[in-house]
Amino acid sequence: MIHKDAKVLLEVKGLRAKVSGTEIVKGLDLVVRAGEVHAIMGPNGSGKSTFAKALAGHPAYQVSGGTVAFEGKNLFEMTPEARSRAGLFLGFQYPVEIPGVSNSAFLRLAYNTVQAARGKDELDPLEFDDYVRAKMKLLEMDAAFLDRSVNEGFSGGEKKRNEILQMALLEPRLAILDETDSGLDIDALRVVASGVNRLVTADNAVVLVTHYQRMLNYIVPDYVHVMGSGRIIKTGGKALAEELEARGYDWVKAA
Amino acid sequence: MSSVLENLVNQPYQHGFVTDIESDTAAKGLSEDTIRFISAKKNEPEWLLEFRLKAYRHWLTMTEPKWPNVKYPKIDFQDIIYYSAPKPKKLKSMDEVDPELLKTFEKLGVPMNERAKLAGVAVDVIFDSVSVATTYKQKLADVGIIFCSISEAVREHPELVRQYMGSVVPAGDNYYAALNSAVFTDGSFCFIPKGVKCPMELSTYFRINTESSGQFERTLIIAEEGSHVSYLEGCTAPKFDTNQLHAAVVELVAMDNAEIKYSTVQNWYAGDENGIGGIYNFVTKRGLCKGRNSKISWTQVETGSAITWKYPSCVLLGDDSIGEFYSVALTNHHQQADTGTKMVHIGKNTRSRIISKGISAGVSNNSYRGLVKIGQKAENARNYSQCDSMLIGSKCGANTFPYIQVQNSSSKVEHEATTSKIGEEQLFYFASRGIGAEEAVSMIINGFCRDVFQQLPMEFAVEATKLLGMKLEGSVG
Repeated sequence: MIHKDAKVLLEVKGLRAKVSGTEIVKGLDLVVRAGEVHAIMGPNGSGKSTFAKALAGHPAYQVSGGTVAFEGKNLFEMTPEARSRAGLFLGFQYPVEIPGVSNSAFLRLAYNTVQAARGKDELDPLEFDDYVRAKMKLLEMDAAFLDRSVNEGFSGGEKKRNEILQMALLEPRLAILDETDSGLDIDALRVVASGVNRLVTADNAVVLVTHYQRMLNYIVPDYVHVMGSGRIIKTGGKALAEELEARGYDWVKAA
Repeated sequence: MSSVLENLVNQPYQHGFVTDIESDTAAKGLSEDTIRFISAKKNEPEWLLEFRLKAYRHWLTMTEPKWPNVKYPKIDFQDIIYYSAPKPKKLKSMDEVDPELLKTFEKLGVPMNERAKLAGVAVDVIFDSVSVATTYKQKLADVGIIFCSISEAVREHPELVRQYMGSVVPAGDNYYAALNSAVFTDGSFCFIPKGVKCPMELSTYFRINTESSGQFERTLIIAEEGSHVSYLEGCTAPKFDTNQLHAAVVELVAMDNAEIKYSTVQNWYAGDENGIGGIYNFVTKRGLCKGRNSKISWTQVETGSAITWKYPSCVLLGDDSIGEFYSVALTNHHQQADTGTKMVHIGKNTRSRIISKGISAGVSNNSYRGLVKIGQKAENARNYSQCDSMLIGSKCGANTFPYIQVQNSSSKVEHEATTSKIGEEQLFYFASRGIGAEEAVSMIINGFCRDVFQQLPMEFAVEATKLLGMKLEGSVG
């Protein structure tokens, strides 16, 4: 939902970022206000994922220029965990497996850490169990996931649901979902998308990083940005995504 | 009455702390004279002196084991003082204790009244902890359990000591066991009579005089028919010691239907971050399941010492007996550990279970070494071994050396091993959910060690969890 005078959550100016010495993001500008849904699209290698990881603070991605303000604060002065506590969320394209750590213990620690940072009450294991089960129901997730190790042996779709479950628990101000639709069959995509839709309010925002427009049939973006060579080269509405689907990316580059 | 008490309380402490050091300390070096000196100082019976001398003569013919996967400069055995009378406690109040140590107690949650004792402050002033020890001793005596120092046992129960000492770890068993047999100074003795279930966890902590057991410690635990005991050794608080070489011997004997559970948390000085200093911990621990249906279970959490060389073992002699080994060995900085177990199946239907978790960080080296031996007559013997290694960072090492010898075709031996690594991606995943690196590592490690921690007595398990987290502080990120 676009409100021109809504609060600015994220302001990216001239961002440059490197991975193992090679510059991938080369001068990216983006403004995200509360209540908005943005889609960042683009061909492989255009810098979409690098942008997402640089924002979250992945140590392998070095910021080499530009500024990012998150709710008015300099994002790059914050550690990755501080960014999360401040309300930035990254939904991973390939969530890592953590053997031996139970999903329920992990989710509770994450939840309580962020709650504490917001000055809110933490939940004990029994309270949390009720809370998380209610959230899982919305995502049509089996409660058995709580007893398994974090992401270990999860199918691609199960991992993505687990990501959205974390988003639901942490209630971020800004969620960046990196290729959340990849690896999902059509039913799973519908469930995950409706989960995301339920979480979008007038106070928060979502940035969907995606290669295909099919997810945008379920989560309707206010803005669609096309990335090429490390920058946003075209911005439009939902119609742009459909045009990209029909014509591919080459015509944007040529323009 | 009250004035009598007052007088008693106000009396100056008669025994004093200052002793004539010269006459109570043996000269440096090891010879038959040193051994006679130790034995004489302790007023030992002739048979024990003979035991020591025999061990010493055998030791002279032996050479240091070279097979462990550890490196250290050659030890000069003539440069060690083998007998020193209990040292006076140096510190008078908590104000004199190293603030770093106090900080550690704080982090570990060691109760206030126990901190003084652990820090080496004279505890005479702390009435609580002394009376706790006394009460426990009385409670044990009521059910016929003997729990005292080895020296006291030699005086009060010589027939038991003579019968069992060296029966599980013979004096000439290995280089360091032989050395210990020749020069041991003190340790613990525990005897659980027939049919008695020990009413509490026995801990060296509640045995007075434990501070002076020194670098060559000797422990002997005997569980008579149908008895049951759980014994705790060590402490999660750091233990500082100026002696570099420690060579202890622990012997356990379990008769028919008896059960001994032996838990250790070892946190000796590991040397500094550059590998300077630290204890060499060369220990021989062995349990004999002598009776039918007996059970011996070792649980260890090894986090300290510059070098750890120990293989708590079970000899499963009695039919249907069970041996268990649960181990977490953590090495950081320049620490080296070569540890594991031996399960020797002799009786029929004997079973053993090995769960070993090795964690390496820094530039440390961590090896699991284990032997499973199934003898000719061990019909239907079973063993299950699981050895998991975890690496933190990319400069440490982990090795697994399993030895399996099977001489009976009806037996079944299983071995599983895994190696995993705490990587950048995992830590970033935690961070992106608000969780810092140290908490993340602690969570991963606790998950990794869960099967072993479950075996520890409750409070120990909580402390061990904190201890591992502390030991790894600063090793990630």
